[in-house]
Amino acid sequence: MSSILLAIVIGGAFGFTLDRVGATNPNFIIRMLNLTNLHLMRTILLAIGTAALLTFGGLLTGLVDPGHLDVKDAYMGVFVGGILLGLGFAVAGYCPGTGLAAAASGRFDAMVFVLGGLAGAFGYMLTYEDVKATGLLDHILGGKATLGTIAGTEYPALLGMSGELIGVVIGIAFIAIAWFLPDRILGGKDSRVAAE
Amino acid sequence: MRAPLSWKAGGLLLGAVFFAAVLLVKPIGVSTQFVIFDGILWDAVSPSVVTESADAKSGYTSTNPYLAKSGGKYAKNVENPLNYSFVFVLALIGGAALSARLRGGVEKAEKTMPAVWRANFGDEPWKRYVAAFLAGFVVLYGARMAGGCTSGHMMSGMMQTAVSGFIFAAGAFAAGIPTALVLFRKES
Repeated sequence: MSSILLAIVIGGAFGFTLDRVGATNPNFIIRMLNLTNLHLMRTILLAIGTAALLTFGGLLTGLVDPGHLDVKDAYMGVFVGGILLGLGFAVAGYCPGTGLAAAASGRFDAMVFVLGGLAGAFGYMLTYEDVKATGLLDHILGGKATLGTIAGTEYPALLGMSGELIGVVIGIAFIAIAWFLPDRILGGKDSRVAAE
Repeated sequence: MRAPLSWKAGGLLLGAVFFAAVLLVKPIGVSTQFVIFDGILWDAVSPSVVTESADAKSGYTSTNPYLAKSGGKYAKNVENPLNYSFVFVLALIGGAALSARLRGGVEKAEKTMPAVWRANFGDEPWKRYVAAFLAGFVVLYGARMAGGCTSGHMMSGMMQTAVSGFIFAAGAFAAGIPTALVLFRKES
């Protein structure tokens, strides 16, 4: 029962925050991808950096249970699937989580996106064996691998270094990139983005 | 166009949510639940799709190989959707609805399509809806092939220094940035 309570609290906070950072607004996602407004990119990089610092800091101090980590498999289909997601992400300005959140905020195109998503997930269920037969789902780079070795986990490491240290460095790097990214890369004459 | 929160406040808050998820339960993920919801609908229409099985690790199996994979993990969640991951996504929907309501909702013109779409493709809702449906199809097909989406791979994956998270992000941006550059040339 308490896991359901946690689901409600963490899921609710996630949905609320997605809306507050502007991720439910496809203008922000599209303008992040066409490099005319990097507000959301900076937000996401800072979020990943903050979460990595807290998580690996927590692993080092024993606050975080290494058993809570959940690393996904690496295979060529991760890259191909990423490309497919990137295409649709740019066209719609939604990904699975922000699409659901945007639909909940009252955007009709997001509701249509979610219906398309349910059809796409169903399409994958029906073609899963064909995709598997291509070998795209065969593990590469050790499968469920992390960059460094994380104590208390069985994940293979890409580099023979402390995974906790790499995690802290990655966290700082993401925060630094967020800090130094300009608000926009293309069409810099338009001052409305900063002033608006 | 302005987000309710600055990138600094928003990024810290979002990072805190990701961390809380890992600290208390497990990393955040969304796209699997599209499969579970499909499975629930499918099983409602044709109840023989998911069945109990003493041989499967989870106690459930399916006539669909994807639902039956990994010892029937998905099949089990289709039969018992009141679990952490599914309720998490329902709560996500509720949290976003609450936030949007508190800030006064979405402008009428924005509800059918975002301004940047209107500037580039005109004010016909059906065009936007066709594109959004097809995009949704491709996004979720891709997410399932990749084994995760923006939240599962990109956010949760990279914060754990998962190799797969970086591979996924490389693919998503390699396709997403050129596509957006070509499609959305006019700003407003």
